[in-house]
This record gives sequence, C-alpha cells and structure tokens, in this order.
Amino acid sequence: MRSVAVVGIGKTAFGAFADRDLRSLAVEAVENAMRDAKVEAKQVEAFYLGNFAGPSFVGQNHLAPYVGGAVGFEGIPCTRFEDACASSGAAFFHAWQSVAAGIYDVVVAAGVEKMTSQTTPKVAEILAGAGDMASEGRAGATFPALFAMIARRHMHQFGTTREQLASVAVKNHANGAKNPLAHMRKVITIEQALAGKPIAEPLTVYDCSLISDGAAAVVIVPLEHAARYNRRFAKVLAVTQTSDHVALDHKADITLFPAVKAAGEKAYKMAGLTPKQIDLAELHDCFTIAEIVASEDLGFTAKGQGGPFAASGATGINGQIPINTSGGLKSKGHPVGATGVGQLCDIVMQLRGDAGERQVARHNIGLAQNLGGSGATCVVTILEAA
Amino acid sequence: MPARDGVVYTETIVHAAPEQYAADAPYQLAIIELDDGVRITGRILERAQIGDRVRFVEERNGVAYYRK
Repeated sequence: MRSVAVVGIGKTAFGAFADRDLRSLAVEAVENAMRDAKVEAKQVEAFYLGNFAGPSFVGQNHLAPYVGGAVGFEGIPCTRFEDACASSGAAFFHAWQSVAAGIYDVVVAAGVEKMTSQTTPKVAEILAGAGDMASEGRAGATFPALFAMIARRHMHQFGTTREQLASVAVKNHANGAKNPLAHMRKVITIEQALAGKPIAEPLTVYDCSLISDGAAAVVIVPLEHAARYNRRFAKVLAVTQTSDHVALDHKADITLFPAVKAAGEKAYKMAGLTPKQIDLAELHDCFTIAEIVASEDLGFTAKGQGGPFAASGATGINGQIPINTSGGLKSKGHPVGATGVGQLCDIVMQLRGDAGERQVARHNIGLAQNLGGSGATCVVTILEAA
Repeated sequence: MPARDGVVYTETIVHAAPEQYAADAPYQLAIIELDDGVRITGRILERAQIGDRVRFVEERNGVAYYRK
C-alpha cells in the first residue's frame, strides 16, 4: 500500500448564499484545490463527491458527473458518496483507498451541500432521514432531539452541566469570529448561550450547528509524487471509517460513540501515535455535546470528563489540545455534505501555518473526526505537515 | 407477551419540530427501557424524567405513547 499526501485544498466560504447554486459552489471549491495543487482537470483520474441530500434540498441527482462535467473532467469515474453528515469524509476515505492501492495517481475528493433554499422545519425533516425513519423518525425525533437525549444522559451519568455545554459554543464562536470563511463570525457569551431559544431541551439554538451552503475539496496523490505538485503538502498518516447502529435506541450506551472510539483507535494504531501526540483537532461539533463526547472517545480526556475539560480552556487555541480552531460546525457552518473534507482543509491550513489569527503554536500533526447521524458513521483522519 | 411498561432511559422536550410534526410541538420524546430490556423511542404525554417509571397508554400511527 502506498503512502498518500494532500497536495491541494480548496474551500468556498460557508454561509447562506441565495445567489449560488450547488454546482457553482462545488466547482469553486474543486477549482481552488486544483489551483493550490497546480493540477489541471485533464490530469485528474477520478472524482469522489460527498453529498448528503442534494436530491431533497435542491432536486438534483447524479451529482458527481453533474459537478465533474462543469469542472472539465472528461470521461473519468465520478461518484457521489452518501453517509449523512460524514458523506465527504467517506468520499475522502474511498479516494484515499484508490491512491493507496495504486489504482490512480491524481484524485479529487470533495463535498458540497446547498441547504438554505429550504425552510428550517423542512431542513429538520430532511436531516432526520439520517436516523431510523420507521422508529425514532416516526416518533418525531429531529437531530437536535437525538443529541439532546445524548446530552441528558451524559448529564445524568457524569454530572455534565449546561454551562459546560455552552462553553463549547462560546469557544467555537470565538474561533470562528477569526475565520474569514466562517458562516457566523460572532463572539457570544456564556449568558447568551444559556439564554438561547430552546430547540430540544437541554439544547438551545446556541448548542446547534448552522444550516449552511458550502463546498470543500482536496487533491490527493502518492506521497512520493507530492513535492512535484506542492512542497506544502500534508502526509495522510491514517484514515479510517467505521459504522454502528443508525437508531439511537439500538445502542447499549448513548454517552459514547462506539464508531468514533473504533475509528480513533484504528487511526492511532495506523499512524503509530497516541492521543497526546496530536497537536490540534477538528471534531464534529454538530451539537455542543457531540464535541464533548468525541473528545472523550478519541482519548483527549477521560470518559465523563469532556464537560469539565471543555470548560477548563484545554481545548482553546492556546490550550493543551486546540479543538475546532476553524470555529467548528457551530460557527464556521455545517453544509452537511461538505463538512468532512472542509475539516481536512482546515487542518491542512493549520499544518502549513496559514491559519492567521487562529494559528496554533504546535502544528505538526492534526486529527479530523467526521460523524454521520447519531454516530452510525465515523471517519477519522490524521495528517502530518510536510 | 412482550413488556409494555418501562423506565425513562433518556428524554428531551422538542420545541423545533420537523415539518410534519410542527403542530405537536412542544412534545416530550424519550427512549424507554421496557421491562424486558428492549429500548424503544416514543412519546410521553405528561412530563417525566430519567429514571421515572412510565406506563404504556396507546399506539398512534406506529408511535408508542407513555404516561407516568
């Protein structure tokens, strides 16, 4: 198996863009990534596109060739990957496999979602399809409701508090305010977060990620070719994908994500690293509780300690393990199908030292964790600076 | 006969409902651990907390409803 490197990254801004359609966002991200890698469309051998619900959000199917044709890809395999909010993590995992296996030498993995043309209740209904529609969906479970039930149980078992949940939102908004590509560049206070409109108790609007439009893309090549394209490449030390039950009520213990634990353990083993050796992480904070649980599952803190850990400042830009320096899904935005590859772009920016005001001091090794549904899919990627 | 009553494993009160249930909001959604150990997602008609014992009331449109 060959080692693989990311030689190009490209993102659009995340936000609500009434004048942009899905295809133009995806094309912009892919062209940015190809420009960064100094690769032309005719050199690309395969295109892997993550997208959660384009058919429901914008009524368009067959998205990968729809985007690929507009980029100028001619005749190459173009395939859409769907694993809920881990769709582009999954696209990247499969793109990586194809290069690692020696099948292709130049591959683009991307993600896109166009969500804001639908009303919020309609978005909630579409996203609920990542759960088990015959059981929890029929009972009226939205994604905020599923994560609210995870939060309630975590609070019950470990004493996690509302203030600790809110501290995640405050930290991520502070980071996102410094990110020019973030959806909501607004600093918030603990008091504001606690007083937010209730969405699904105990979660308020400030515990929930944003409904966003956006796209992200990376170009990957064999490590041995990487310097030909871009001296500022990032080496893929590990990428793992795991799965678990789709329905939350099928899980023995909802205070952890077994798929995240498994993906993390496999990734650490593949990279030959321990959690302490990770310099920074982008974790899938679709809800504040999700970042807290993932920080435990990935071994950054002990089980049950994620709340106090977040509130202590350990996960801030100057903390022991900076988490979501991009602003996370909470402030940067969560165009669901774009999120996984977007996290990789954010990690590579930090590894290159290009994160500006958000730049962390130690930036040699970064980890990204992309979650689908209430934990039924997880993709963990570990990248190292060139 | 399968168990019908159980204990609240976790719960939430949903304020922002999906479009098709908007008229029901706010409603309490819960995972109930039934007496035979099986867990199901249903709704609670009056408010209950984690650990509360709840009784099965009825099934409507494939959804189980409970009451303390």
